[in-house]
Amino acid sequence: MTAQEPVVPGLGVKRQKEKPPRQPVPGLGALRQTGALFALSASVIRLTFKRPFQTRELIEQFWFIASVTILPSALVSIPFGAVIALQLGSLTQQLGAESFTGAASVLAVVQQASPLIVALLIAGAGGAAICADIGARTIREEMDAMRVMGVSPIQRLIVPRVLATMMVALLLNGLVSVVGVLGGYFFNVFLQHGTPGAYLSSFSALAQLPDLYIGEIKALIFGFIAGVIAAHRGLNPKPGPKGVGEAVNQAVVITFLLLFFVNLVLTGIYLQLVPPKGA
Amino acid sequence: MGIEVVVEGLTKSFGRRTVWRDVTLSLPPGEVSVMLGPSGTGKTVFLKTLIGLLKPDRGSVMIEGVDTAHCSERQLYQVRKRFGVLFQDGALFGSMNLFDNIAFPLREHTKKTEADIRSIVGEKMEMVGLTGEERKVPGEISGGMRKRAGLARALVLDPQIILCDEPDSGLDPVRTAYLSQLLIDLNAQIDATILIVTHNIQVARTVPDNMGMLFRGDLVMFGPREVLLTSEMPAVAQFLDGRRIGPIGMSEEKDQATIAMEQAHMDAGHHDGGAGADQRVVVPQLEPTPGMPVRQAVQRRKDRVMSILHTLPPGAQQAILASMNSGDRDRYRMHSAPVEPASPTAAGPGPTGPTGPESVIKQTRPMRPPWPPAAPPAEPGSGGQG
Repeated sequence: MTAQEPVVPGLGVKRQKEKPPRQPVPGLGALRQTGALFALSASVIRLTFKRPFQTRELIEQFWFIASVTILPSALVSIPFGAVIALQLGSLTQQLGAESFTGAASVLAVVQQASPLIVALLIAGAGGAAICADIGARTIREEMDAMRVMGVSPIQRLIVPRVLATMMVALLLNGLVSVVGVLGGYFFNVFLQHGTPGAYLSSFSALAQLPDLYIGEIKALIFGFIAGVIAAHRGLNPKPGPKGVGEAVNQAVVITFLLLFFVNLVLTGIYLQLVPPKGA
Repeated sequence: MGIEVVVEGLTKSFGRRTVWRDVTLSLPPGEVSVMLGPSGTGKTVFLKTLIGLLKPDRGSVMIEGVDTAHCSERQLYQVRKRFGVLFQDGALFGSMNLFDNIAFPLREHTKKTEADIRSIVGEKMEMVGLTGEERKVPGEISGGMRKRAGLARALVLDPQIILCDEPDSGLDPVRTAYLSQLLIDLNAQIDATILIVTHNIQVARTVPDNMGMLFRGDLVMFGPREVLLTSEMPAVAQFLDGRRIGPIGMSEEKDQATIAMEQAHMDAGHHDGGAGADQRVVVPQLEPTPGMPVRQAVQRRKDRVMSILHTLPPGAQQAILASMNSGDRDRYRMHSAPVEPASPTAAGPGPTGPTGPESVIKQTRPMRPPWPPAAPPAEPGSGGQG
């Protein structure tokens, strides 16, 4: 560098002494991202109640997310319900508790399988689409343009998307539960020659309404997390089209990790709080 | 009338790289200013800092008593409603057609009926020559059209400050000329403060009232157009001439060897890429199209420039005095025309302060010696050692 220092009088620009590079603290970046994520969640919640509410955007996004997730989740939940039914069917046969096949598979589907399928689809299909959309707009300076016009992109774009994701997750969870239970019933009754009456009557023996509630609450929370993470990654991509691709990838992976962890926590809390039926 | 934008001590860096430091200037209300600078000197960053999209490390940007560098998010959104910003690529919303794009600010911020919106949008689209393209989406039109649509969207709320980021890039010279005329007409109509960031010399010569130049992390100059157009400063003169010989190189730093080699080539008869003749002439400024209202900024600027005339370099003083008509001379009580350039009596109603080149650009760093460095006589207009 010293050899190239400007010597010409006209070039005598005094460069300020460069500060020595600060040693990066390991893990600081991750902490910062986590903080930004929580800040975004807080803004989303706050701006949800701020007028004007973007009803039109909400409906459009709701329709869009529903259209990309409904068919895949229905198609995924049939084999999923079947697998659970088959597995439980053979297990209960070994244990000699065939009459409880129905109850067990319903519990498994409603409490665990269905929120997880919803999580996968919401993160993989809905979240990825949202992240790609927002990311592409960010690198094309649309977000800056919106801020400059005095419109908050979080209120205008992110809030409707997060709300739409939550609503779709809620409804999707119901759909997946129904399809999964029907699939389980079909495979148990027609393939494993279980008795329809026993399957149906054991429903109410072990399963209870709070099982459905916790499934729906999980779906709602999953929808929120998936929406916020997709938006966060989409609003902060690295520059260029490649940055958007990476952001989508990160959004899906982070959402998966978080959702499975949150599912564990929620299940633990639920099992502690709500006593199982007949216990 | 437009709003004054006062920038003080603005410094911005990304990581360890300083983009520019201690930028101090004020955009006079209602006047058109141009910020010049070679590519990559942070012109766009400067513009984004003005509107609070980027936060500076130090310094302030005062707009109507609000410091956009440090105010709250809510204040920022309020202030931004007074802005119209044209981004480099237009920054149109890809999911909307041109009509919805241009109507967007109206729909968000006003309660106008759809019929009103349609007439306003139609008027702005006609202004930028896009009538009939309402239903197209940004993806299917050319870059120049996107730019014009972006300008229409920036104008739709009748802003008091208009910021244009390279309005000319991607436009042919004729369209650029039309656009320049459009900006001047606009200034005449709504008297908005306009800042244009560009590296187009034609725009810089004809459009602005004031000019500034960013180079190597510094605001090397900011002042009335005559000051830059007649400047002897190596970087400014090289830039306005568009030649290779001078302190501006292909990369940010230009080393001694390159300079010597270029000089040797030129001495041997190789063309230096410049326009040839001395470009330091002040071409007349654009005027509003006949039929448009008079630009009120012109008179305000004359008063202002005359009050600081004695602080300007002699070349600029000469150019300013030469551009005056008899009415102006009467107004500024100069009966003997043409006046002796640089004579203190020519100074207008302003206070008589210290004469000399230092005070004219006291907000920035002192000027540097002329280019090339070997040139013997140091010009009086560029005395201060850098």
